[in-house]
Amino acid sequence: MAVEIRNQERKEERPLTEMQTGGELLALSGVSRHFRTSRHQTLALDHVTLSIREGEFVCIVGPSGCGKSTLLNIAAGLDHPDEGEVTFDGRPIRKPGRERMLVFQEPALYPWLNVRANVELGLKIAGRKRAERRQLVDRYLALVNLRKFERAYIHELSGGMKQRAQLARALAVEPRMLLMDEPFAALDAQTRDTLQQELQEICARTRATVLFVTHNVRESVILGDRVLVMTPAPGRLKTSIPVDLPRPRGPDSHAVVDLAARVRAELQHEPVPGQPEDGYAI
Amino acid sequence: MRFREWDWQGLALKAVRIGLFYLALLALWQIVYELEIWSRLLLPSPQEVWKQIRFYTDNGFIQDAVQTSMKRLIIGYTLSLVIGVAIGMAAGAHRYVDETLGSLVLGMQSLPSITWLPLAILWFGLNEQAIIFVVLMGSVCAVAISARAGIQGIPPLYRRAALSMGANRVQMVRYTLIPAMAPSMAQGLKLGWSFAWRSLMAGELLFLSGGLGQALDLGRNLNRMSLVIAIMLVIVAIGLIMDRLLFSRIEAWVQERWGLATA
Repeated sequence: MAVEIRNQERKEERPLTEMQTGGELLALSGVSRHFRTSRHQTLALDHVTLSIREGEFVCIVGPSGCGKSTLLNIAAGLDHPDEGEVTFDGRPIRKPGRERMLVFQEPALYPWLNVRANVELGLKIAGRKRAERRQLVDRYLALVNLRKFERAYIHELSGGMKQRAQLARALAVEPRMLLMDEPFAALDAQTRDTLQQELQEICARTRATVLFVTHNVRESVILGDRVLVMTPAPGRLKTSIPVDLPRPRGPDSHAVVDLAARVRAELQHEPVPGQPEDGYAI
Repeated sequence: MRFREWDWQGLALKAVRIGLFYLALLALWQIVYELEIWSRLLLPSPQEVWKQIRFYTDNGFIQDAVQTSMKRLIIGYTLSLVIGVAIGMAAGAHRYVDETLGSLVLGMQSLPSITWLPLAILWFGLNEQAIIFVVLMGSVCAVAISARAGIQGIPPLYRRAALSMGANRVQMVRYTLIPAMAPSMAQGLKLGWSFAWRSLMAGELLFLSGGLGQALDLGRNLNRMSLVIAIMLVIVAIGLIMDRLLFSRIEAWVQERWGLATA
């Protein structure tokens, strides 16, 4: 009951606050996560609070080991916080689900299935009917330009094609949100540029809500509506930088380069010892 | 693979090479026979063996023996697959099962399965069940060990992908674990088969109720070495045929499909 009322409130709010994006979809409040190794305990996430609205593309940028993958795993429901609350559309996240699809850095495609069957698998698991599956797979393979390669096996694909296939697989189940874990990090620079452009187009067309983790500053500025800067040890959200630049954004536009410089400056700021324990609400 | 053009010339050359090798082997056999290092009774000539094969296939003796042996083998092997895969998957998935049943299987692997025969005879009596049990014990460990390795070798990423797609336990097993363990299982199938085959031959030699093993013993009792060698050749032929027609093909297919072949 309470959830319904809150949603209604939000629906009424929507036109007043934000034109393109909807209500709050993913919310983390005061999320902490420790990892214990034999010697010591590390604080991967220290009271992280963030909120992502429907239709928003949010990038988290930070150096390796700053806890951004942990954050994504928690949002996916594959990992659980030691402290704090994680909600999706007002309900707490307890386990992974199709409404939040993960896209991994290494292509987590199954080598024994061809591209088409890989994309179809999520729909099979969801128990969709054959005709419906065919239609959805066709649509999303076309969206990522892989129709020609639908019969190819994974080891026959280039790195870029693998990531396109992975994206199609995630989109095919029509999730409410995409969680992308450095999906372009292992690609060469050119393929990366191409996929960044394609992802912008795809998101414009599907109005997807995306949480995108990367360590590439420029990528975060090209893709994000908002860039969250994360600092390591302990993993904290430092700043939120809105990106109000027209789309599509090219990698070499001055505005992108300038803003990337600003994000980079935020990243390189020395961590101040004795920071407040509550972290940063963003 | 189906559409690959045959390289006839290459194949012909290969056939000639292999043929020459076996001709040389036969010639060597003939020479040793002519030299009479062993008595002609103990080492018959190739022609003598061929005559025996002809004689015992004409009267259906070899076919009957093959049929009896194959029936035992297939029953025992199939059982070992079902039980072995179940044990292996459980051991691969749960640490407790691995520490208990898994270590037991690993230990039993070093026990030649023929040592089960005395117990099997006491438990089941002098019948088919006893020998099928020996075959089962021969291959079940190899199959279980391969299944366990298959499960444990699955990249965690595959599981995470399935979880993200909302797979439940059954779907995880069906769509991810079983196909992902196929490369390891392809080897396990082959290994299990050869263990089953060896166990069966040992069992039939001692147990004497039809089958190729008994045919071997018959040859010994009749002092007819040509029959012994003839049956040995039949055993080799069956092993080769099964390997070439079934197991090597499964393995090659899995290697290709799973992208493991070095292109």
